[in-house]
Amino acid sequence: MKVETGEVFGFLGPNGAGKSTTIKLLMRLIFPSAGTARILGKSIDEVSVHREIGYLPEQPYFYDYLTAAEVLDYFARFHGLKANDRQERVARMLKKVGLETARKIQLRKYSKGMLQRVGLAQAILHDPQVVVLDEPMSGLDPLGRRELRDIILELKRDGKTVMFSTHILSDAEMLCDRVGVIVGGKLRGVGTPGEMVGIQTQGMEILFEAGAEGKTPPLAARATKTGERYRVKLPEEELYAALDELKLAGARILSVSQIKPTLEDFFMNLVEADRAQANAVEVSGK
Amino acid sequence: MKNVWVVAANTFREAVRDRVLYNLVFFALLMMGAAILVGQISIDIEQTVIVSLGLTAISVIGLFIAVFIGVGLVSKEMEKRTLYALLAKPVERWQFLLGKFAGLVMTLTVNTAAMAAGLYAALWSVKHPLVSSDAYILVAVYLILLKLALIVALAMLFSCFTTPFLAILFTAGIYVAGVYGGELRTMQAVNLTPATMKMFRAISYALPNFENFNVMGAVAHGRGVPGALVGHATLYAALYCAVVLAAAAMVFSRKNLK
Amino acid sequence: MKNQAMVGVALGAMVVLGMAGVCRLQVRIDEEQRAIHLEREELTLRSGSTVKRLSLEYAPLMGAIYWTRAVQYFGEKHRLHDLNLELLWPLLDITTTLDPNLIAAYRFGSTFLSDAPPRGAGRPDLAAQLLQRGIQANPDAWRLYQDLGNVYYFDAKDYLKASAAFEEGSKNPKAYIWMKVMAAKIAAEGESLETSVFLWKQVYDTTTDNMIKDNAASHLKMLTAELECLEIDRLADEFEKQTGRRARRISELVQAGLLKRTPVDPEGYPYVLGEGGKAELNLKSPLLEQQLMNKK
Repeated sequence: MKVETGEVFGFLGPNGAGKSTTIKLLMRLIFPSAGTARILGKSIDEVSVHREIGYLPEQPYFYDYLTAAEVLDYFARFHGLKANDRQERVARMLKKVGLETARKIQLRKYSKGMLQRVGLAQAILHDPQVVVLDEPMSGLDPLGRRELRDIILELKRDGKTVMFSTHILSDAEMLCDRVGVIVGGKLRGVGTPGEMVGIQTQGMEILFEAGAEGKTPPLAARATKTGERYRVKLPEEELYAALDELKLAGARILSVSQIKPTLEDFFMNLVEADRAQANAVEVSGK
Repeated sequence: MKNVWVVAANTFREAVRDRVLYNLVFFALLMMGAAILVGQISIDIEQTVIVSLGLTAISVIGLFIAVFIGVGLVSKEMEKRTLYALLAKPVERWQFLLGKFAGLVMTLTVNTAAMAAGLYAALWSVKHPLVSSDAYILVAVYLILLKLALIVALAMLFSCFTTPFLAILFTAGIYVAGVYGGELRTMQAVNLTPATMKMFRAISYALPNFENFNVMGAVAHGRGVPGALVGHATLYAALYCAVVLAAAAMVFSRKNLK
Repeated sequence: MKNQAMVGVALGAMVVLGMAGVCRLQVRIDEEQRAIHLEREELTLRSGSTVKRLSLEYAPLMGAIYWTRAVQYFGEKHRLHDLNLELLWPLLDITTTLDPNLIAAYRFGSTFLSDAPPRGAGRPDLAAQLLQRGIQANPDAWRLYQDLGNVYYFDAKDYLKASAAFEEGSKNPKAYIWMKVMAAKIAAEGESLETSVFLWKQVYDTTTDNMIKDNAASHLKMLTAELECLEIDRLADEFEKQTGRRARRISELVQAGLLKRTPVDPEGYPYVLGEGGKAELNLKSPLLEQQLMNKK
């Protein structure tokens, strides 16, 4: 698996697939039984490589007796930054992740989301070339996730390489140039999100409500009904005919959209295939 | 090497903020109580009791701190995963270990120095002019500090490869074994074969002989300690610590941090 | 990876060399520590009852620790041929106060407190006191009566009390019959070589403590030498009867056929005939030194 310079790479997989393990192997927190890895052309064994890497661990936890500013300052020292430089960067980072007001509070009082932000701050504090984030979205509320997405895009604009792992597929679809999919400890595929799922559409979907006159269009027979809303799927060729029918029936059209297979489907298929294979193996008595 | 200092300073800061140093309050109370109590017994024995009691307290309190916090140095960081972000920085694992060690030893030094001051205060209150031979108490305190440093190193070594609970047990166990280790050498054996005797002798040399650092008997009776002993004890502690920390570094550098 | 391996090797070497240095240092430190500890005797707390109070509920454990100390103390003094055993009694006193059922302490103490220097502290009175305490706490231990009898017989030279002790001990159904026999014999004769040999032999045969065994062996050697000297004297008298003069050398007795060969003492040195034609120990024999000390 290769991550190109300057791209945002998503590392996808269900829980327990081995995403965190792979990342920890890269960070030399655990050691491989076989194989090699290189970052920025250097072997991961070299400690100097870490100068250019920023890492956000899964569910980060920091010294709870320190304040955010102190923790960032502490980590900054390992990068050999001078005192003024450190001060300035720490202040900048805290502002960037929205922790400026909480800077003097001890971490033991922080919420999970706040800790996540501290984690992100220490990962990018030293302006690294490569940023590796392990499940960065976990623990963040929608606002926080939006902010994080913005930060990732900003990093990309600055020419950094970002790799993050997640099991939330919509995030990956939105942010990543390419993704790598890992299921059951094995890499199943690498490519753009579009490549992974195939670009063919599977038809169109119409969301509509019965009209004010109360007439139920014949199309409703093919639709699933939730409350007052109907949802019907049909092949692309039949779209305009269906719309005409609904117009005649006085139905109110809420939305018309393409049915695209999502990463989620791709995923589910993979997981199902895995399970089927496992069962087959069991049955055959191996 | 600067990294070592950064970790050490942070460890010291942690100890202070974790209110470790509050044990000094207990020590102060103990010394005060002893001084008052002793004033009521016969004159000659004041010196002996206060010095013995003070040195024992310094040793025991220091021992508790060394074992419990020593084990926690590594295991807490592993448990709470505070270590993960740190090791992603350009820091070697051995620098982390050495920094932690240095930080706790610094804490112990400050703690012990404060207690020594308390001891002198109590001594002064019982027998007003302090004589030059009282300076030997500092020598005894210094040797206790050496002993504590060695215990910290051992605690760290054990915490690198077992659970915190076991590490505490092992460290305590080695402490007891080490205290009696010297006696294995001079033991009058009853029913042992020469081969077994030789093995016991070898073990007695390998164990950390904590009695090397014990001059309480001499100092409590106002007697001096030869400089050679202090020098050799320092060298012994330094070498043994180096050995233990090297072993810890070897274990820790290959440890998978799940 | 190569870097890692090199670091591993370096650390390994450090461990090995470090331990070697540590052991060398230990030897020096041992000497220095010994020097400052034996300068003067230190036993901060001499009162058994105080120590007992301080031990909370761990008195038997503390007793064991003090017992170990006592043995160490004695062993060390013995090794250095140091005659000053002033701490032996306090250590044993504290030991038995902490754990009155530690029989070994009483038995050890009785031997080495009572025996005259250089073997022991030469205080049969303290030994008797210790044994009385032991008997009180352990009425079934008839061996303590044996020890008490030995103390009175050998060192206090009080034959009445010795006989009484053996008599008292013999009342225990587990005691061997010789206790009663000895009680009678000592009451009748007081000190005799035969009795002495017998009593020491009892100790030698039954003890499991190496130090006590060695001590008994040493006494037995002395007694054997005395017995053999008496035997030689008897033969020398025989010689005088036969030849009308006093033999001047043992070899004369051998030549006369009274002895098969020159007899040697238990340490292997041949006996000699001294002034007045009486058998004596060889000048080179270590038993002679002991004999002179005993005569003091």
